[in-house]
Amino acid sequence: METKPVQFKNLSREESYGYDRKTLDYIRNAAAHGLYEIRGMGAKRKLPNFDDLVFLGASMSRYPLEGYREKCITKTLLGTRFAKKPIELEIPITIAGMSFGALSANVKESLGLAATEMGTSTTTGDGGMTQEERRSSKTLIYQCLPSRYGFNPDDLRKADAIEVVIGQGAKPGGGGMLLGQKVNPRVAKMRTLPEGVDQRSACRHPDWTGPDDLAIKIQELREITDWEKPIYVKVGATRTFNDVKLAVHSGADVVVVDGMQGGTAATQTCFIEHVGIPTLAAVRQAVNALEDLDMKGKVQLIVSGGIRTGADVAKALAMGADAVAIGQGVLVALGCNGETYFQNGAHHEAIADYNALGTAPGFCHHCHTGKCPVGITTQDAILEQRLSPAVGAKHLKNYLKTLNMELTTIARACGKQNVHHLEPEDLVALTIEAAAMAGVPLAGTNWIPGRGF
Amino acid sequence: MERLTFDLATTPLRELNTFLHNDAKAGKTSQVTVLNPDGAHNIAVGLDCPIAVDVVGHAGYYAGGMNKSATVTITGSAGTGVGENMMSGKVHVKGFASNGAGASAHGGLLVIEGDAGLRCGISLKGGDIVVGGSVGSFSAFMAQAGRMVICGNAGDALGDSLYEAVLYVKGSVKSLGADAQYEPMSEADIAAVASLLDQAGLDHDPKSFKRIASKRSLYHWNADANQEY
Repeated sequence: METKPVQFKNLSREESYGYDRKTLDYIRNAAAHGLYEIRGMGAKRKLPNFDDLVFLGASMSRYPLEGYREKCITKTLLGTRFAKKPIELEIPITIAGMSFGALSANVKESLGLAATEMGTSTTTGDGGMTQEERRSSKTLIYQCLPSRYGFNPDDLRKADAIEVVIGQGAKPGGGGMLLGQKVNPRVAKMRTLPEGVDQRSACRHPDWTGPDDLAIKIQELREITDWEKPIYVKVGATRTFNDVKLAVHSGADVVVVDGMQGGTAATQTCFIEHVGIPTLAAVRQAVNALEDLDMKGKVQLIVSGGIRTGADVAKALAMGADAVAIGQGVLVALGCNGETYFQNGAHHEAIADYNALGTAPGFCHHCHTGKCPVGITTQDAILEQRLSPAVGAKHLKNYLKTLNMELTTIARACGKQNVHHLEPEDLVALTIEAAAMAGVPLAGTNWIPGRGF
Repeated sequence: MERLTFDLATTPLRELNTFLHNDAKAGKTSQVTVLNPDGAHNIAVGLDCPIAVDVVGHAGYYAGGMNKSATVTITGSAGTGVGENMMSGKVHVKGFASNGAGASAHGGLLVIEGDAGLRCGISLKGGDIVVGGSVGSFSAFMAQAGRMVICGNAGDALGDSLYEAVLYVKGSVKSLGADAQYEPMSEADIAAVASLLDQAGLDHDPKSFKRIASKRSLYHWNADANQEY
């Protein structure tokens, strides 16, 4: 699929495809340090993604809705299967789980403020719930992770829903990491760890080992919360068809599927780039699994991993997701990889701080160092002041609003009064790979690779 | 105050737990007996008041899970994850316990008079565990804080990837896990073991225990990480 531009004037300067400069740099680094690279963000390699799909807008055979005037519902219900109190959101765009520890307390508060204003949910992360995020979030999803850092029944009872995290798209099969620079006194206390240790989270839950056990674990969480709260199960995308079926079998109200473009605050690069499947492929498998079990609409599906734009949201919904979750896009909206940060009423240059990390705006993936030049993925007392909760919330609210406007624009163009009415028949693919993965025809044909002619 | 009895042969589990979360917390009773548990899962989970719950018979998974303040006594054996993520209070198993007993407990005391299965005290975060018998392999895996007293033997890889939790073993240890090491028993250790044995109602000589704690060599990713040639 990928062709690298190999530009050379004569054969004596021909770059090797297999041993290109990136690979040479990788080998030299490995030889110098004896340690794999750990970094933040998601897969950087070119992958089939939602950009490879386009919508078939209404024309003669379909009737569109007026772009700005006609109503287009975005309300989204999650957790209707068993929970007494399902989650009701104004928009189908939620904030993905990101830990206090990976993010500063200010950032967690920004997420809550913006999500609350937009009528959507935020999610805790490894390390537990902070007061800031509970206070600022009307709807807060509480993660139950393998590490159980900071996990406690009081916060469980305070949560609006519970998300049992089996895995993450950036590292399915792996636990989290938080390098010592970010384990400051508050983070250390919340996680019951010595300050400054390079924290390795467990990759397996401590008290259950398979789907039959998980069913009992989920029942425990329901019993403790008197069957009020929806229970989500989050999986990193790999054997998604089977994993989603098992999650449903275990009693999940909602399944969250995170593709390999999903971000992380600190993971081995080899893991980020080489384990897991693209979100596009995962959505199709997840929806197929729900349909196979006749659970579509009974168990809701949230998709995450590289959702950036309103078009991405619309495509995920059209393929069968009930909602999406966004992590990296949210951080970028807050200023991640920006050239400046806004503090005390003025913009300030952050270039020198990027340079000190050996990077530049637009390329930074140094979340793991805790030295985020724009104050997002940090626990440093000075750096964290570079993002105030109010400023962050304003930007994030604008971003979510834009996504929602784009989503409804596309839905109306496809003649839908409700964004949840978008369907696979509204989509075609631009590449054979995307057609095969998404299970929609190649544009201009009726051909879905793998389904005959 | 009146002792209330719930017979799980005739009463749904959900009724028991809802009562314990609401009426018991409101002070309706301070003692509850659970009859015919018959291995039911999730008995007396998420308690949040100083009530005494006596389970007469065997319990399934997660008995006394996430306990706060309550005293849950199981006159029988317990399934996987007994007393998991306990915050405070006490869970006392008169018989044996299965895998992951006391997993990620932040506080409180878990007593198992018999043997415990695999991964006892895994991810322990500050709770205390006293096992009258032996524990299975990978016990105290990644245990972060708290204490474990093992009166019998331990299986393979005891205390693998330990953080600051401390383990005391009387019998033999098949093998220590990565980063665990034997350390000398101090007077404070002997006093700690004596106190925990006393709270558990078990009679052993505290001086006959060995101390195991972390070497702390895994605390940092790679000591050679910044080498340059």
